[in-house]
Amino acid sequence: MLFTSYGFIGLLIILFILYYTVPKKLQMPLLLITSLTYYAMADVRFLIFIGVSVVTVWFGAIKIEDNNKAIKEYVKLHKNEMSVDEKKAYKKAGARKSVIFFTLTLLLNLGILATVKLAGLKFTGILIPLGISFYTFQSVGYLIDVYRESIDAQRSLPRYALFITFFPQLIQGPINRYDDLAPSLLSEHNFDFSVFSRGMERILWGYFKKLVIADRLLMGVSTLISDPSTYKGGYVLMTLILYTLELYADFTGGIDITIGIAEALGINMKENFIRPYFSTSLADYWRRWHISMCSWFRDYVFYPMSTSSLSLRLSKWARKHISDSAGGKLPVYLSSFVVWFCTGIWHGTTINFIVWGMLNFLVLTISEELSPAYKKFHERFAFADGPIYKAFMIIRTFILVCVLNLFDCFVDVRDTVGLLISIFKKGSFSLMEKGALLNIGLSAADYIVAGVALIIVFIVSSSEEKDNISVRDKLRKNPYPVRFIVWTLLLTATLIFGIYGIGYDSSQFIYNRF
Amino acid sequence: MKNNKAKNITIACISVIIVLGILFLAQRLLMPKYVDDIVEGGMVSEYYDEKSKDFNVIFIGDCEVYENFSPVTLWENYGINSYIRGSAEQYIFQSYYLLEDTIRYNKPDVVVFNIQSLQFDESRSEAYNRMTIDGMKWSKYKLGCIKASNTGDEHLIEYVFPILRYHSRWNELTSTDVEYMFKHKKVTHNGYYMRVDALPAENIPPAKPLGDYSFGDKAWEYLDKIRTCCEENNIQLLFIKAPSLYPYWYPEWDEQVKAYADKYSIKYINFLDVADEIGIDYNTDTYDGGLHMNLSGAVKCADYIGPILQNEFNVPDRRSDAALSASWDQKIQDYNDEIEYQKKLYNIQ
Amino acid sequence: MNELMEILKSLHPDVDFENEQHLIDDKILDSMDIVRLVTELTDKFDIKIKAKDIIPDNFNSAAAISALIDRINEE
Repeated sequence: MLFTSYGFIGLLIILFILYYTVPKKLQMPLLLITSLTYYAMADVRFLIFIGVSVVTVWFGAIKIEDNNKAIKEYVKLHKNEMSVDEKKAYKKAGARKSVIFFTLTLLLNLGILATVKLAGLKFTGILIPLGISFYTFQSVGYLIDVYRESIDAQRSLPRYALFITFFPQLIQGPINRYDDLAPSLLSEHNFDFSVFSRGMERILWGYFKKLVIADRLLMGVSTLISDPSTYKGGYVLMTLILYTLELYADFTGGIDITIGIAEALGINMKENFIRPYFSTSLADYWRRWHISMCSWFRDYVFYPMSTSSLSLRLSKWARKHISDSAGGKLPVYLSSFVVWFCTGIWHGTTINFIVWGMLNFLVLTISEELSPAYKKFHERFAFADGPIYKAFMIIRTFILVCVLNLFDCFVDVRDTVGLLISIFKKGSFSLMEKGALLNIGLSAADYIVAGVALIIVFIVSSSEEKDNISVRDKLRKNPYPVRFIVWTLLLTATLIFGIYGIGYDSSQFIYNRF
Repeated sequence: MKNNKAKNITIACISVIIVLGILFLAQRLLMPKYVDDIVEGGMVSEYYDEKSKDFNVIFIGDCEVYENFSPVTLWENYGINSYIRGSAEQYIFQSYYLLEDTIRYNKPDVVVFNIQSLQFDESRSEAYNRMTIDGMKWSKYKLGCIKASNTGDEHLIEYVFPILRYHSRWNELTSTDVEYMFKHKKVTHNGYYMRVDALPAENIPPAKPLGDYSFGDKAWEYLDKIRTCCEENNIQLLFIKAPSLYPYWYPEWDEQVKAYADKYSIKYINFLDVADEIGIDYNTDTYDGGLHMNLSGAVKCADYIGPILQNEFNVPDRRSDAALSASWDQKIQDYNDEIEYQKKLYNIQ
Repeated sequence: MNELMEILKSLHPDVDFENEQHLIDDKILDSMDIVRLVTELTDKFDIKIKAKDIIPDNFNSAAAISALIDRINEE
């Protein structure tokens, strides 16, 4: 069930009313039931997949924790009888059991994910459970945290199940961490108008971005990417920009809805985006875009890999045989390579996504290698710290991201590369003569509406970027009538200018007088 | 504290009312007005504007009723007080629900149903559904009508809040949408859509043979419903097929209707068969080349059906009813004005 | 502590590590720096820094890093 379906909005309204009217003890069960219902509405069989994941990880985590505790208890109990070495040996032997539980649970869950994804690649029509990548990653993150003893295992199965299945996060994330989400998710909430209205405001903002901008631009984007042999040359510039804007409005809008729903329920969810298109470099962009995924890879793949004993040995070897700086960089680059390879696969199991991941890795590595030169450049030229140069860096990064995003659009990498080259061919813009932009499924009115909406989003973002205060906090300082007017305008604009429902197409009404 | 709570509740209520008010205005603005071009969308709601709804004859059906019979002629010549509840491409299930809706206001003596819609088992276009359903007042019949008409991707909520359906009309708005936000322009004469111009029926395309001539189950089901509804309410039912040359009315279809009418002793008049008797001249009596009658044709059809209604169905002559006569005088005035207006419009002597 | 300062300075000579309290939050140290730092610390102090210890709180200031080293040594 999509966020933009009437059914979903109906579900939300019912949930909000029940959530704040039932006894507080029932809030959590209500959320769990809603989440499972939501999931079952997509396909009842999905419940089996997510059920296996929930039960195995919940059980595995408890086993790991019990084992770790038992070892500590034993050592504590026999503190005086054991030597330091004996203690170490005992701990090491005991930890083996944890490792086994950890590995088995991890392999089972990642195995299901990999099987489903690869099978989906090979056979069409295979059942791919909704959001399996997201909930598997969230489960694995939890499992690792328990294994590392960073968090306590959740001993209640329903509570743990709610953490994984909480419905707003299921389709597109974010990948929440247990220690971030669980405290507010698993507690009781009183109705507080200011909290609730804040959530609703965020939901509305999300729908505005999604319905008014993303779904409108999508009409043009889907035409543009439907036929690479027609839409080349100058059209590719349109594709680059429209797709990147559409992706932004769709993904951040969806996350706004997700976080907004949580907020309206009194639940705090971490931000997934920090104004990504104000990034001054690709590295910066990846700290601001889809943060929950990036930090997941950083914390659970990059750091463990790059600081593993194997990496350290490699680093020492490189230092000895190549150079000092190579010793420092080798583990970093190697881990980074693996992370980007995985990130590519995570987005899709086709070659284009792997190429996309590798290109990201390449650009990041090159800019890291060039960073001393950049530094010198900045020291040498004062203007490089000025606003104009910053704007240049932002635009440069935006263009780079646009180009990288194009690899999402076509399964065949040759198409993507060919299209990018076609921009620079002679006469590439003569393809677009005479109202070509109006022939891709977008009318002049659509451009105007999308343009105005994007300007609003831009103004909001740049104000937040400048002051680092959310516009919503600023809005809160205003008297109620002002806030009310803003909400009403946003609601009305979304309802009228949003792309949804059976569009009223007057041509349908050309009545044949039959 | 208590005072504060009361204040907050008041503010919340006022806020909700303002938002709903704005959305209501937006909805009124965005809904199609069916004034300038496709007036057929305004027909269904026009019925409710009638001050007195004690009609003796109700016609139900699609364009084959609302363009082919003149209620003014029925009144002037026979004193029959009739109303046509027609709408564009009205499907048989919609006819049934419109009949039920009409009976809520008044039980007529006779219901005249045009059977051509038996050929459609399902709605073919959401746009036509809208033209029939949007104008209906809310009742369980409207709900039933929405359910029966669904083309697959329609949602009840879009009928409850039409703004969800029509919101994208924002870039088609004209001054008409503002002018008719809260009022309705009368487009018919007791449901009759008048045209005075003529276009001779030539080049009628040949009928394509069909694979299967039998009507669908749903169509039969609703024909039964119309019949039982009339039986339960002591209403006499009359089936007709209008004298339209196109779309083609197959003899195989006619057989099925005849058999049904015989089975339940319902009178069935196929105007195609009696066109000569009526004196229909397809050169002068149709405005679109044989699809629909113009005024001249509609008068002839009314003059044919009038005596039948009077003699065989005992529909009373109510011309002695002073109040009713007075209201008809006004209607006749409007009717004649429009004839004059259209004559000028189409340049007819 | 001196040894730690040396390592930090070698990474970013221009940063005032004595007083800076938000090395991670203000993005002064990026993930590449962290890995290099951890590698160096492991080498110089002969400790094992686990992945679970790599969280902003442990690396936001020189003092925090020093505290981390002490804690690992105690265990």
